[in-house]
This record gives sequence, structure tokens and C-alpha cells, in this order.
Amino acid sequence: MLAIFKRELKAYFLSPIAYVCIGLFIAVSSFFFWGNLTGGNGDFNSNLSIMNFILILIVPILTMKLLAEDRKNGTEVMLVTSPVKLSSIVIGKYLAAFVVFLCMTVISLIYPIILSGFGSKFTMQLVGGYIGFILLGACFVAFGLFASSLSENQIISAVVGVVGLLLMYLLQSMSTSFGGVLGTVLGWLSIFSRYNDFDGGLLNLSNIVYYFSFTAIFIFITVRIIEKRRWSQG
Amino acid sequence: MIEILNLTKKYGQINAVKNLNFTVEKGEILGFLGPNGAGKSTTMNIVTGFISSTEGTVKVCGYDIMENPKEVKKRIGYLPEQPPLYFDMTVKDYLSFSADLKQVDKKKKQSQLSDIMELVQITHVKDRLIKNLSKGYKQRVGMAQSLIGNPEVLILDEPTVGLDPKQIIEIRKLIKALGKDHTVILSSHILPEVSAVCDRVVIINKGEIAAIDTPENLSKGFESASKLSVTVAGPKGSVINSIRNIYGVKHVDDHIEKDKDIISYVIESDKDVDVRRPLFFAMSKLGYPILELKSMDLTLEDIFLQVTTEEKEVG
Repeated sequence: MLAIFKRELKAYFLSPIAYVCIGLFIAVSSFFFWGNLTGGNGDFNSNLSIMNFILILIVPILTMKLLAEDRKNGTEVMLVTSPVKLSSIVIGKYLAAFVVFLCMTVISLIYPIILSGFGSKFTMQLVGGYIGFILLGACFVAFGLFASSLSENQIISAVVGVVGLLLMYLLQSMSTSFGGVLGTVLGWLSIFSRYNDFDGGLLNLSNIVYYFSFTAIFIFITVRIIEKRRWSQG
Repeated sequence: MIEILNLTKKYGQINAVKNLNFTVEKGEILGFLGPNGAGKSTTMNIVTGFISSTEGTVKVCGYDIMENPKEVKKRIGYLPEQPPLYFDMTVKDYLSFSADLKQVDKKKKQSQLSDIMELVQITHVKDRLIKNLSKGYKQRVGMAQSLIGNPEVLILDEPTVGLDPKQIIEIRKLIKALGKDHTVILSSHILPEVSAVCDRVVIINKGEIAAIDTPENLSKGFESASKLSVTVAGPKGSVINSIRNIYGVKHVDDHIEKDKDIISYVIESDKDVDVRRPLFFAMSKLGYPILELKSMDLTLEDIFLQVTTEEKEVG
């Protein structure tokens, strides 16, 4: 697992992909941060919510190559026939992409630090927002990884990832508009509605468990998909 | 060492591999021969645990691939048809990664890597990115990858494809050398390669075994007559007459005229009669010098065609 994690992480930073994703993230998030500065707004939590939305577009680009590339280049054979468990391979890859995401998160800390220079206080609400942001990011990476396992074409993987996450984003508003039982069920599936608690500085255990489960389930499905392909095709 | 029992792989209704049975002994180089799409790569992918079989068992060193995949995978070095290379890595980094995957002891890693790079002659390109290497070097890096961890079994899927003739000879030499302390399965559709390198040959066609034996026995078994090619300097008529009188000669034909007086003949004779000595004396008695004399053994190519076309007629 460690070998794969190290290789993937190195590959991210040796190719332009990590820089492009991080750069894109900084560019868009600083655009919104400009609003804070000019508008004299010291509240950074609203920016975090917007940054969540940016992640919908960035994370699938980051994760698209994780498994698709191995299938295309034939390196999947090497990984699968090595004496390493399939789950270790997938988790190693997941962690590499997650670490790149953490880099973005760490870089984004510069915004609240700048705001504090203007007298804005670090609040527990901000800490809660960041915990939610990281947990939500972990879910995104897991979903992107899953999308990458579906195709050997990286573009398709990225598109599936973005569309899937967008649908989940829409579920939030759909669940409120439907109401009733259907609304409740859709609400369970909406990873974004859970974020609101964190945004308010609330660390609700059930939400944390929810995000961890979401991540674990998609990693598990990814392993099963690769496993299944070994049975059905060559 | 490797036991394959009733191995079947189905893709939907199509049998990619059907009821394969064979064993490979320790220290043996087994050639796996067949036309494109015969099921060679499928079999190799199953033996290495990359894909699963529909039916049947594969055992490597006593471990079943389905029940004990980790133990099997530890003992196999695999070079697939398309070498599994990360183009964005240097040769050294790539091999080091591969050693980590195969859980090579950290202390032994560096010395093992340099030994292997020396063996397949890639030491001088170790710091180059794999994507910038030529096809031949990429193949060698793939080969090096399969040797890491010193596995007891080597499975090489068309290891010489796309190489230039000099590299092909080098790789064959390497495989022969490796065969001394490894068990090797080698697939190919190039016949001279298999007959040059392998101890035993499995000919596979349409997913089924068509023949299995040593290259020599295969040649013998399919021969019904032995053939000689002889070039004699002398008038055609009397040479043919004199050859026909030799005991055991069944047929003389195909005289290719190189010159008015220098003619090549193909002589077919009974399988267990050697006509070379009487032929020499007959010609020397007439005073016609023999310029060239060689036996024309059935090549593996002939057998291969014979076996695979017979199969077609049945199917």
C-alpha cells in the first residue's frame, strides 16, 4: 500500500496534473476571496461552501487517472499480479489523491490568516467548517476514484465524476422540494446537506460517521468493480 | 512446479480456453505456441492470477491460484504481452517500485536491482524516463521487472515481439540462461524461437491443446519420410537414374537447374534408411562431384501448420 501511495503521489507532482488542479483551485477561490476583501466581509465560512462547489469540478480531474490510466497502459496487470491485496492497491491510490486535496486545503488556510490580519477572529465555526470541508473532500475523492474504475478513458472518468457529484449536489434542493418520504430518502443520500451542520460549527457524530461510511463504501465498490472485471473479461 | 488441470475460460458462449491439461517441471522451459487468438495470453493471465478461470485449477509450487493467490503471486514473475510500464518514471524508480510491490527485503533491494539491470543490460539507461526509451529497451525493462524478487517461475508472453534481430538473439540467450534456475513458460507465434529455446512445446489452437512434446519428438512424430537435398555436378539423366537405383529411395524430383551441369535434387526415402552414404559412393563411381548435401527435417513450422490446419478441418 505504501509503495503505491508513494508512487502515485510522486506521479501527481511530477506531472502537471496536481499543479493544474491546485492552481485552478487557488485561482477560483481567490476570486471569491477578493469579494471578502473588497466587501469588508470577515466571514470565511461562506467561502468554504463555495469552495465545496469548486471541488465538484476539480476533484474528478484529480482522480480521473488513478485507475483508468493503469488499465490503459497495461500496468494494472503488474499491480494485480503482485502479491499485494487489491484493497491495498485501491486505498494506496485513494490516499495519494487525498493528500493532494489536503495540500489545497492547507493552501486555502492563507485566506482566513489574511482576514485575521484585518481583525477577524478564528472562530470554532471556522474550525467546524474546515473539518466538514475535509470530510466532504474525502467523499469526493472516493467518488472520483470510483468513477476512474469505470472506464479506461480518463475523460469519461472525469465526466462521470463531475456529473455524479453534481447530481448529489442537486439532491439537496430536490429533497426539500419533494418533501414527504421521498424527500427524506433523497436527503439521506445528499452529502451536501450534511455539510450545513459543520458550517454552523456543529460536530454531529452521525454526520462524521456518514462521511466516513460514504468514503468507505465507494472505496469498497471500486475494489469490487476491479474484482468483477477479473471474472468477466480478459 | 506448475500444474494445469481442466482449465476452461469462457467469454459468454465463446470458449477462449477449453480443457487445458499440462504440467511444467522445475527448471523446464516450456514453449507455448499458437496462432493469434489461440488462447495463449488468456492462459497466461489465468496462471498469473490476473483473470480468473471459469473451470479447472492451476497450481504453482503446490499452491492453488484461487485459494492461495498471494503465495502463487510471490513465486511468479510475469511479463505480459504489453510490458506494464509507467512511462513517467525513470527505469531505476520503476524497478524500485516494482521491488516494493513484490516486498523485496529492503537491505537486499539495491544489490538485487543492480544485478538485474546488469543482467538485462539496462544499467546505462537507469536514470532515463521510460517513455523516452526505444521499444527494445522498454521490453528489457519489462523483463527486468519480471525478474525482481527472484521468482521461481517466469511467465513471458511474447518476449521478443517488436525487437530487432540482434536484440532477439540476446533475449533468447537470456531466457536460456534463466532457464537453468527458473521454470519458464514462454509464449510465441515465432516457431524458430520456440525450437531454439524450449525444452518442450505445447501447441495450442482455438483454446485447445493440439500437440505437446519436445521439439525433436514433434519433428520425428510428424515425419513419414526423410528428405535430402543434394546438388550434383553432372548430367541430369544419368544422375537421376543412379539415385533411383539406391536402396530405400522412394522419389526423386524438383531438380532446380543452377547451371547446365549443376542441378539440385530432392530425394525422398524411407524413414529408417540413411541414403547419404550409398549416394556418395554412387556419385563418386560415376565421377560426379557432390557440391552440397543436406537433410531437410520437418521444421516446427511444418508441424505447426499441419496441426493447426487439421484442427480446422475437424472444426
